[in-house]
Amino acid sequence: MNDLDAESRLRFEQLVLPHVDAAFNLARWLLRTRADAEDVAQEALLRACRFFRGFHGGDARAWLLQIVRNTCYSWLEKNRPRELMVEFDEELHPQPVATPESIAIADEGRERLTRALETLPPRHREVLVLRELEGCSYKEIAAITSIPIGTVMSSLSRARRQLHSALVNPG
Amino acid sequence: MNSDLTCSTLHGYFDRELSAARSAEFKRHLEHCSDCVAELDACHFVRDSLQRSHIYEHAPALLRQRIRADLRTFALTTTSSQLLWWHWLAAVAALLFVAILLGRVGHELHNGDYQAELAGEIVDAHVRSLQPGPLTGIASNDARVVKGWLDEKGTFAVPVHDFANEGFTLKGGRLDVMEGRSVAVLVYERSGHPINVFLWRTREPDTSARTGSRQGFQWVDWRKGKIEFCAVSDADLVDLEKLHQLISSSA
Repeated sequence: MNDLDAESRLRFEQLVLPHVDAAFNLARWLLRTRADAEDVAQEALLRACRFFRGFHGGDARAWLLQIVRNTCYSWLEKNRPRELMVEFDEELHPQPVATPESIAIADEGRERLTRALETLPPRHREVLVLRELEGCSYKEIAAITSIPIGTVMSSLSRARRQLHSALVNPG
Repeated sequence: MNSDLTCSTLHGYFDRELSAARSAEFKRHLEHCSDCVAELDACHFVRDSLQRSHIYEHAPALLRQRIRADLRTFALTTTSSQLLWWHWLAAVAALLFVAILLGRVGHELHNGDYQAELAGEIVDAHVRSLQPGPLTGIASNDARVVKGWLDEKGTFAVPVHDFANEGFTLKGGRLDVMEGRSVAVLVYERSGHPINVFLWRTREPDTSARTGSRQGFQWVDWRKGKIEFCAVSDADLVDLEKLHQLISSSA
């Protein structure tokens, strides 16, 4: 039994621990603060450890990120329920085209982009983070967020429009 | 082109998630659609901004240490006092696995080769259509108007009929996206219950009706004349089968 546990632990270290960055990044963008993200990512990793026997191979990153996401949403429901009540903004403004000027404005830095990203509703923010920062495929995003691929596509399209709008028309 | 449909296709194209054929088709569309070209530019702008600003947040070293410490503690407690707990968990997991397997097999026996995932997507699309907002892209009970609207959107030749005399009133049509492909949707009403009929082109041979239910909704699926039909509603299954007969006999 001891051997088996040592083996499981080694497997966990090899398969899951390489994705701690991905876990922290998703938690950080869902919760918006580094300190909370550290606590929640740690809790999610502990949960992953408990559930690891139920992991029968496949995409370890998507498996871990699904646990991280669920842990983040539980945390938000408990500590900041209001954030989850943000409705999708269906009335999007017409989208101006990116101009060299607007690109220069975006160059100003990450603070501006961070603020813009943080203003998106969590469900839009997460698909954008998973796609653009984590490089996940639609199929992986659908698995992590438990939403159909069609909805992944429509959420991505809204998220991109909202972020573009926030970057081009600040304030 | 309908904006929702274009949007999904456009983002699928941008993310390289379309098949080669659909990608080529969208590329041709781009040649004469300045709106899509502008939106594609916006997508590139968002991606470039995100990637150039290096906002990916790496896990701090302290967090890694905390996780490793947890892992050690966890391994220790597991091997001693929580051994029974593990056994219990393993038994529950095994039971759950068997239950899921049985459920799946049962489902497959019921539905033949019908893809459970697709059924899920269709029911989701049906549920989406019940959300506040317009149910239809074109609201009309004139079959010719609905057909004209769908034809204009560049879909395939969708057979549209109103069956108001038989109790199924045509309310309109719209386009939706399922598993990355565009589908036409006809909306009927039966005694106050909306019925969505999803249609898409197929190369498969004709089939008789297959039925199923999911999340409290009934569906009837069949193929005829290189078109796959799937009617979904919370209406009685008998009604859906009647609608299937009406559509089949008039197609």
